[in-house]
Order: sequence, then C-alpha cells, then structure tokens
Amino acid sequence: MTTKTAKSRPVRWHIAVFLAPAVLIYTAVMILPLFGTMQLSLFRVENQISTFVGLDNFRTLFGDPGWSTTFWNALKNNLWFFIIHMLVQNPIGVLLAALLSNPKLRFSTFYRTAIFIPTILSFVIVGFAWKLILSPLWGIAPNMLDAVGLKSLFAPWLGQERYALTTLSLISVWQFIGIPMMLIYAALLSIPDEIIEAAECDGITGAAQFWKIKLPLILPSIGIISILTFVGNFNAFDLIYTTQGALAGPNYSTDILGTFMFRTFFGFQLQVGDRNMGAAIASVMFFIILAGVCLYLFGIQRRMRRYQF
Amino acid sequence: MSRATQSWPRAAAAHAILIAYTMIALFPVVVIVINSFKSRNAIFRAPLQVPTAETFSLIGYQTVIEQGNFFAYFQNSLIVTVVSIALVLVFGAMAAFALSEYRFRGNTLMGLYLALGIMIPIRLGTVSILQLMVASGLVDTLTALILVYTAQGLPLAVFILSEFMKQVSDDLKNAGRIDGLSEYRIFFRLVLPLVRPSMATVAVFTMIPIWNDLWFPLILAPSEATKTVTLGAQMFIGQYVTNWNAVLAALSLAILPVLVLYFFFSRQLIRGITAGAVK
Repeated sequence: MTTKTAKSRPVRWHIAVFLAPAVLIYTAVMILPLFGTMQLSLFRVENQISTFVGLDNFRTLFGDPGWSTTFWNALKNNLWFFIIHMLVQNPIGVLLAALLSNPKLRFSTFYRTAIFIPTILSFVIVGFAWKLILSPLWGIAPNMLDAVGLKSLFAPWLGQERYALTTLSLISVWQFIGIPMMLIYAALLSIPDEIIEAAECDGITGAAQFWKIKLPLILPSIGIISILTFVGNFNAFDLIYTTQGALAGPNYSTDILGTFMFRTFFGFQLQVGDRNMGAAIASVMFFIILAGVCLYLFGIQRRMRRYQF
Repeated sequence: MSRATQSWPRAAAAHAILIAYTMIALFPVVVIVINSFKSRNAIFRAPLQVPTAETFSLIGYQTVIEQGNFFAYFQNSLIVTVVSIALVLVFGAMAAFALSEYRFRGNTLMGLYLALGIMIPIRLGTVSILQLMVASGLVDTLTALILVYTAQGLPLAVFILSEFMKQVSDDLKNAGRIDGLSEYRIFFRLVLPLVRPSMATVAVFTMIPIWNDLWFPLILAPSEATKTVTLGAQMFIGQYVTNWNAVLAALSLAILPVLVLYFFFSRQLIRGITAGAVK
C-alpha cells in the first residue's frame, strides 16, 4: 500500500493505526455524547414529538418559578461546597505537605501513606461510615464530645438544614485532603537545595522561609489544585446521593447541581424524568466548568511566573 | 549548635500535628472495621473497643454472604476495572506514541483534542451516553461500563505516557529502523518495555475512580447481574439500614480489597503523583 504513493512521501498508515482506537472510543463515547447532550437541551418533547425550542429550556430553568428556585438553590449550595473546600481542604493540605517535606522528619512515609487512605475509598464507604459515626443512635460522636466536656455542642448535623451541607462538605474535605497534600509535597520537594541554602545564609528560616521563599515557588501547584477542586466540586454527586439520597434532604438543603441533574433526568417520586431538562442542566454544568477552566488557563496560569531552576 | 536545640520542639510540634491528622484520617475506617467483628450489643455498648473473646462475632459477615451477591459484584467490578485498564493502557500508549514520535499535520491539534477530556468530566454527557447504549443494546452489560471507563481514562493516559515516551532515546529507535523493524515492532518491542514503570502509574490512577464509581453503574448497569461492588454495597446497605452488623460488615468488605491494593501500589502511586507534579 505504501509503495504506491512512495513517489513523494509514503502515506504513513501506522500513524493512523496507532491513533485510531483511542480517538474512535474517545470520540464516540465522550465527545459526541457531550455535544449530543447540548443538542438535546435545545429540544422539548411535546405530544411525543421532539421539537426544537431554542433556548426555551434554559429560560425555564433560570426563570420559571417551578424550576428556578431549585436550580438557584443547587447552584448556591454548590458554590458553598466549593468555598468550604478552598478554605479548609487546601490550607490544611499545604500545612501537612509543608510539615512532611522537612527532610529531617522521621516516619514521613507512614504519615503520607496513612493520610492518603481516605482518598482511595469510594464515596459509598465514606458516606456511610460518617453517617454511622455522626448518628445520634450509635452515639460515637456525642460520646466523644462528652469526653471533652462539649456534649452540648452535639446535634444530628446531617439531619438539620442549617448544618447538613457544611457537614457534607467537611466529610468530602476529609476524603480528598490527600490530593492537595501530595501535589504540594511534590512541588516543595522540587525546590532546589541551593535556594533554601541561600535563604538560610541570609538568615531566613522557619515560618518566614515558608512564606517568603517556598510559597511563591509553589503557587503554580496551588493553582492546579484549585482548578481540580473546582471541576471535582461542580461535578460532585456520589457523596450526597449516598448519605442523603436523590432528594438531597433535609428539604433540599444539600442539593447540588449533580443531584439536581440526576433527579431531573431520571425522575423521582411523582415527577417523571425529563431528558431535555436534564440535558439543559448538564449543559449549564458544562459551561460553568468550561468557564472555570478557561479562567484558570488564560487568566491565572499565564500570569503566574514560573521559575526555571 | 543553637539550631539543633531549637529544632526539637519544632519537630515535636510537627509530629503532634501529623499524628493528630493521621488519627482523624484513620479513625472512621478503624471504627467501622473493628465494630464489624462484634456482636450487636457490643457495637452499641462500647463502640470504641476492639473485639474481645466475648464480643467477637461474625454474624454481620454471615448475613452479607448469605443475603448479598457480593462475590458476583466483586467479579463484575474486577472484570470492568481490569479490562478498562488494559484498554486504556494499550490504546493510550499507542496514541501517545503516535503523538510523541511522529511529526504530522494536525499533531498538536490532536493532542489538544485528546487533552480536552482531562478537564471536562464525561458525566456531563450521561444523557446521550444512555441513549447511545440503549440504541446499541448495551444497557445492563459490563461492555457499556468498560467503554465509558476506557473513554474516561484515555485523555490522562495519553497525556502522561507521551511525556514519558519523549524521553525514550531516538538512537535506539533508529537503530531498530536500520535493522529493518517495522514501526509496530519498534513500538511493541522497544518502546513499550521501556515505559513500563509509567504504565503502572497510569494504571493506578485509572483504577481508583473506576473501582469507586457509583454514577455509571447506577445509570447504565443497575441490574442484579451487572452490579459492581460500589453499587452493590450501596443498595445492600440501603436495604439493611437497621441491621448494623450487616451494614458494618458490608462496609468492611468494600474497604478491604482497596486497602490491600493500596498497600501494594502506594509507592507507585505516590511516585507517580510526585513525578507528574514536578513537571
């Protein structure tokens, strides 16, 4: 085959052969369905006929009181979910990494391995385990608070509207803290010794060394962690579904975009599933994530100074 | 001298923080596992105690094994995970080789196209994926899950593997070409064995989200015959909510295989994360 066209330059079929399986599966199962979903969000089924309605589904989602209250509630909850992760998960992750990266620290492999364990467990395990521990029936949490004299602080956190979402966010933080810890740890290890030695010669040690020398150098990694957290949070579903069910109770106080999309798409209780509205919510999620990724790529990553060692 | 005396309170503080956090990280797992070996009364009377001769009981595990289909679920999870990883590795390595080895028109564009999937979650296409699977009659088959997970794992695999393939020496490949090896042989005989360590890293990265996923089994393959462990545990616990022994045993059974694998591969995983981040 190749010999026929060999006059100028042979067609290099092997390139196509190497690329074909990956590109075909990826396109067929990932890219086309993504566009298919966006296309579906522009249609509506009336009298069993699918008709093109333009952006009407989105208008319904944002404006129709039957939909918009739930939608804005889910979006607001999702934002809060993300904020808690940024405020709790990432600073603790950085702190743990900073402690671990000290070359004189003993047992650092043990700590690293142990702290990463929750990250490898599935949401189902994490969700139920915490549900049992926080359950007033079993009494582990109230008894432990009692032991330190704080029993009055206990409340069935997962069952109360005011606390449920924050509690779930903290459970998710507990699960994923290993990721920022590891990435920052790696970034800290890659700082060359000469820089640290130079700082020590100038008398910059300890906390000052961390804030003035190391932190600026690991900012790119903190940027990567932030965008990973963003994508993960706006795509979350499993933990809420496992602990609170598809209704994201109590009274929708833990409803986020993922659970809202699931309910809309599959239906629940009396409401029948609505494919087109489900697709509309998925499209909104897509644009939110895309906006976040673009903001990161063009706004933050470009401006960040990268240091070449 | 002065620094050495100063540093020990600091080291003690560091250990104190790390030990405290390690306990927070391990506590729920330990509580679940130790209580799964206790009788119902002991679970409630002294939840923080390790099982003793009197309180030891396997009743929970008995219920799980008799009532649930856990072995079948394990098998399903295993098939889905292993086949998906194999496909991701083979197809991902082939594509990564094409992108890193040859210069052709559209190379960069193809690389960007494949990288898109690293950031955009495949879940957002679920509505159409379900339609696709219904149309092709793959609903409630493991094939549907395997296809989805392969597509989900490919972008990151291609990205990581092409970084590593760029490091394989050109001289070696050219020597192979002079000896008359075909491009396929160069890939399978020369390049693949050299990037094996990075393939292991990719395998671990791909494995965790597949094994733990609840969304796609719930939507694409919820039937009894195709349930994965994650979905099976979720449904089992939902049914047996009031049977604490059974719930704790089911949770422990779901935790243990992942833990065992983790202890085997944790080095690989951690090295992979750190190597990737240094880039």
